[in-house]
Amino acid sequence: MPTTPLIAYAHVGKTFDAGRVVAVDDVSLEVAEGELLAIVGGSGSGKTTLLRLANRLIEADSGTITVEGEDVRNVDPILLRRRIGYVFQSGGLFPHLSVAGNIGITPKLLGTRPAEISVRVDELLDLVRLDRTPYRDRLPHELSGGQRQRVGVARALAARPRIMLMDEPFGALDPLTRDALGDDFRELHKKLGLTTVMITHDMTEAILLADRIAIMCDGRLLAQGTPAELSKSDDAYVGELLRTPRRQAERLSALLPREGAA
Amino acid sequence: MSIFADPRWSEALGHLPDYLGNHVRVSVAALVLGLLVSLPLAIIARHRPVMRGGLLGLASIVQTVPGLALLALFYPLLLALAALSLSWFGVSFSAFGFLPAVLALALYSMLPVLRNTITGLQGVDAAILEAAQGVGMTPRQSLFTVELPLALPVMMAGIRTSAVWVIGTATLSTPIGQTSLGNYIFAGLQTQNWVFVLFGCLAAAVLALAVDQLLALIEGGLRHRSRFRATLGGVGIAALVAATLTPNLVRPQTNYIIGAKTFAEQYVLSALMAQRLKKAGLSATTREGLGSNVIFEALAADDIDVYIDYSGTLWANQFHRTDIKPRQELLAELKTILAKQNITLLGELGFENAYALVMPRKRAEQLGIRTVADLASRAANMSIAGDYEFFSRPEWAALRRAYGLSFRGQRQMQPDFMYAAVASGEVDVIAGYTSDGLIAKYDLVVLGDPRHAIPPYDAIVLLAPKRANDEALRKALAPLLGKIDIATMREANLRASGNDAASSPDAVAQWLWEKVGKR
Repeated sequence: MPTTPLIAYAHVGKTFDAGRVVAVDDVSLEVAEGELLAIVGGSGSGKTTLLRLANRLIEADSGTITVEGEDVRNVDPILLRRRIGYVFQSGGLFPHLSVAGNIGITPKLLGTRPAEISVRVDELLDLVRLDRTPYRDRLPHELSGGQRQRVGVARALAARPRIMLMDEPFGALDPLTRDALGDDFRELHKKLGLTTVMITHDMTEAILLADRIAIMCDGRLLAQGTPAELSKSDDAYVGELLRTPRRQAERLSALLPREGAA
Repeated sequence: MSIFADPRWSEALGHLPDYLGNHVRVSVAALVLGLLVSLPLAIIARHRPVMRGGLLGLASIVQTVPGLALLALFYPLLLALAALSLSWFGVSFSAFGFLPAVLALALYSMLPVLRNTITGLQGVDAAILEAAQGVGMTPRQSLFTVELPLALPVMMAGIRTSAVWVIGTATLSTPIGQTSLGNYIFAGLQTQNWVFVLFGCLAAAVLALAVDQLLALIEGGLRHRSRFRATLGGVGIAALVAATLTPNLVRPQTNYIIGAKTFAEQYVLSALMAQRLKKAGLSATTREGLGSNVIFEALAADDIDVYIDYSGTLWANQFHRTDIKPRQELLAELKTILAKQNITLLGELGFENAYALVMPRKRAEQLGIRTVADLASRAANMSIAGDYEFFSRPEWAALRRAYGLSFRGQRQMQPDFMYAAVASGEVDVIAGYTSDGLIAKYDLVVLGDPRHAIPPYDAIVLLAPKRANDEALRKALAPLLGKIDIATMREANLRASGNDAASSPDAVAQWLWEKVGKR
């Protein structure tokens, strides 16, 4: 394991509604440079809150969060967000801006020259496998769900962040598109040397894409580790989460025997 | 063909550059001011529920105040402010016309802009706002690059509504001294000139539609990122403003402004004075349709130069006197009171336009009624009608006190319709005006006032403080003093109430001059 974590949570807590709702409860978690960490949990488990604490879309009540070695409380939240890529659940694209306008937004905020932004937009379209000419000037509502999410990824990457935060990025897509996008992103992650925290409620997706998985339940971090490490856990909830992909894998291999193996 | 052959159409058209120009200027100024105030307010209030509720509530209340009342209220308010500013900073400004009209209309324009801007901004999807934050926008960047563009269609709908309202309501700024398309409507209603009324309404409607469509063009351009359409709309609005500005800049400045209240006699007399001034080589223009309460203040503040008032009106309404004096004594005392305000009472025209109780001659003879005293015993079975102000004027209180009058019922009516109503028996008695031509036309009789409850109402020429020593003006108006008797004025008023080309104030004024000029 690399030595310095790029993102580190230490005893972090967050409550809403004047303390009535505990969203994150004493969570300590480290994300190493170059790692793809998936946070898995049901709805209301606190996984989205945990993710947003990292770029200060939500402020922590207690504990310390460091990004690239700095305590986030000491960093201007606007500047922090501009150097961290964020992919929203259903794209979160600005409906009145074209694909190019959406992708170029963060460089524009950073004061990059328009000509440079234009070159960067083309690069990013290539990177997320969208054809430049037909898509550049389209508006979000003219795209399919998968295409929108590709634009969302391109937008998050535009300012060359080292860190990507992804909030159920492929959750609303059909299985085929989801699979293709997942694979493509995994490749990008490796190629660009990103450090990624991805939220998902789908354990299968987490196992297939992530290096390590953190499991949240009721605001607490139940377990973390590689799929292999998690499979040794004796926690009942972790076991339950792993049962589905296991059963799927068994049934699939039974239903789809490899040639010659039958 | 025959309808448009009427020369009044071309007369109306002749006023168009002036009226339309003023109308556009006052509307555009009010809209711009309204937007400058309401847009920032709406933006500040959108996340503050208490402020939002307060603002929208206040704007709604303003909206429920009738437009005419709102405009009229701004006049005394500004007058007080102007006085304060003069005593504190030594700077005075005109509280007449443009300023109160713009302020009242701006206030009037705020509700749709406030409501739609707040609604539009609140309607932006929360997920989009999060995304704006997530990509690293400051609140200001989020507002300008995301929230406002997304709220634009709803905001523009509000701005368009407000533009149409303001253009429509601006017709009511005539009585506070701002020339507008309302001049057609007010003059037309008072002199039974339906061509003018129609022309004014049509012009205001066409203007409102045109501005609405230009704003729609700008909105469409902004929404579809079509610079062409947005520019076209913008150029259209700019062209409209420019086109209405030019004739006014080119037009020579007139030196004398003659005021007129809102009834036919005043239109005729102001036209007569304007003709006399022009004949004497002085440039003059009339400012018609001014409210009774506005016109005196406007003269005292030098906003208008000359107008005709009535001694009793000033006595009772302006100076709140309840004692009634004989005609000459009252005039003399009035002259002294006015002189204290540096206003010159140049002289009387020769007739009185008093309030008087009027009823059909035949009925009066049947019942043996000749004076108000005779009427008192029968009043309990009778109904009376008056104009909109009569029943709240001191003369009415004085009449009731002096004769113990108590009617079965009282109604308020448009003055033009009162005479027909009493002639047809719709009401038994009306509070008419002694110089009204309709008295003769309907064969009505004016009841005597033996106890002098109603003060004398000599028509008098008043000059503004700055014109006190203006010999040219005095000389031009001198031939009118003492020349117009009640019979002549009645006939002139009857002519002015006709519904044809010869009944325009200018034509009647010419007729009047031919009658009295050689006397």
